[in-house]
Amino acid sequence: MTVLLPDSLDRALAHLAAEPGAHVLAGGTDFMVEVNYGHRRPETVLSLRRLDDLRMWHVEASHVVLGACVTYAQLLDPALADLMPGLAQAARTVGSPQIRSTGTIGGNLSTASPAGDMLPVLAALDAEVVLASSTGVRTLALSEFVTGPKRTARRADELLIAVRVPVANGPQEYLKVGVRNAMVIAVASVAVVVDHDGRTVRAALGSCGPVPVRCHDAESWVAPLVDWDARRIDDPRTHEAFGVRCAEAARPIDDHRSTAAYRSHACRVLARRALARCL
Amino acid sequence: MTETNPTAWPAESTYALRVNGTEHQVPDSWVGESLLHVLRERLGLYGSKNACEQGECGSCTVLVDGRPVCACLELAAGCIDADVRTVECVAAGELLHDVQAALLAEGGVQCGFCTPGFVVAISELLDRSPDPGPLEVREALSGNLCRCTGYSRIFEAVTSVVEVRRGRP
Ligand SMILES: Cc1cc2nc3c(=O)[nH]c(=O)nc-3n(C[C@H](O)[C@H](O)[C@H](O)COP(=O)(O)OP(=O)(O)OC[C@H]3O[C@@H](n4cnc5c(N)ncnc54)[C@H](O)[C@@H]3O)c2cc1C
Ligand code: FES
Ligand code: FES
Repeated sequence: MTVLLPDSLDRALAHLAAEPGAHVLAGGTDFMVEVNYGHRRPETVLSLRRLDDLRMWHVEASHVVLGACVTYAQLLDPALADLMPGLAQAARTVGSPQIRSTGTIGGNLSTASPAGDMLPVLAALDAEVVLASSTGVRTLALSEFVTGPKRTARRADELLIAVRVPVANGPQEYLKVGVRNAMVIAVASVAVVVDHDGRTVRAALGSCGPVPVRCHDAESWVAPLVDWDARRIDDPRTHEAFGVRCAEAARPIDDHRSTAAYRSHACRVLARRALARCL
Repeated sequence: MTETNPTAWPAESTYALRVNGTEHQVPDSWVGESLLHVLRERLGLYGSKNACEQGECGSCTVLVDGRPVCACLELAAGCIDADVRTVECVAAGELLHDVQAALLAEGGVQCGFCTPGFVVAISELLDRSPDPGPLEVREALSGNLCRCTGYSRIFEAVTSVVEVRRGRP
């Protein structure tokens, strides 16, 4: 086995072009579990540790551009949390301080677990991912990138280099249920994003389908019921019905963590609660 | 691979890690080994404990470039130019660090298996935030599991360190 520690993106991409089978290592919080348990035996590991640019973020017109190696701890930084409160809430629910200081947003997207906490929030935020190879750069919508459970559209010679998140002006909420509060993988989760300028409400579910599920019907149903000038919904029955409609979008399964029926129930309750907290 | 490129380490090679301020050669190791495995089995630093090897228990907590991390989830060969600090550098020789002494005095140590991870995590917390509130303490230590104490004596130890450092015992 060989470990490559390139110190520039160009070098990293050249390595990947020469050896597309190389395993990419970011924070290692998914990767090393597989190596420790013998489920992954890479010939070549390409570590992103020295690519300082991938750990940076900046604001570009109406987007926040997050380097792929931005950690959960960074997402909790007030400067970023103010721009994307829902993403910060989700980051705070991930693992423990040790995991949050190490795990990256790019690793969460690349693992593409249906329970990945970044996925529903990024889906509700209409985020895009940027992939680079030695031959060029392409940008995909999140729904094009995550193609199935633990499957993405990344080619073996590509690196995920950034996530582009349009800034939404309005409240956001991320709610997650699991068997306990700390260190828990989501049994079900809901992200709600309100955009006062576009007068839209967007919602997505995690752990309730093979990929993050957008609740388009619930979104278009609720938008005309919002009092956009007062920035609120007066009738609590609207919150309740929104929850029901979001749960209808879920495609949950029974597995070792929970049942499909409980997941649908959780989506209904969480979506109602998230909307009530926003509007 | 026998590339002489300074950014590539071939299998079976020897590489150096900076642990507690000292350069250590890591001999004859498989480069897929975790930092925890290298600390314990290659460098003889047995303070960091191995319980789960999957980031769940925190008994292997060390600082890498100042950040608290699970050593079991770090690729050792990927830490080549990093500053690694383990529980071994907390005490000054035979003199216990105040966090260690408080854990003993308050009954926060029973079997002791989780203790090194807690010592690193508590020290890091108090360096960064000298007077944390109770919820902050709980959140900061949420990645460290203890099967013996029920945690309250560990939290009491944190409180006592804060009070002594503040100068009112
Ligand atoms: C104890 C524990 C608790 C956890 N809790 C949670 C939780 O609550 N919620 C949650 O969502 N996740 C959780 N996780 C999973 C994990 O921490 C996250 O998925 C994390 O974001 C992975 O990021 P990483 O940087 O560590 O990825 P790595 O482990 O380095 O990589 C993950 C995968 O993505 C690939 N990859 C990484 N970066 C790139 C890139 N830039 N380009 C191309 N491919 C790339 C790697 O090859 C690998 O296959 C937990 C893990 C542990 C060990
Ligand atoms: S051994 Fe590393 S967290 Fe348990
Ligand atoms: S003292 Fe035994 S696990 Fe904590």
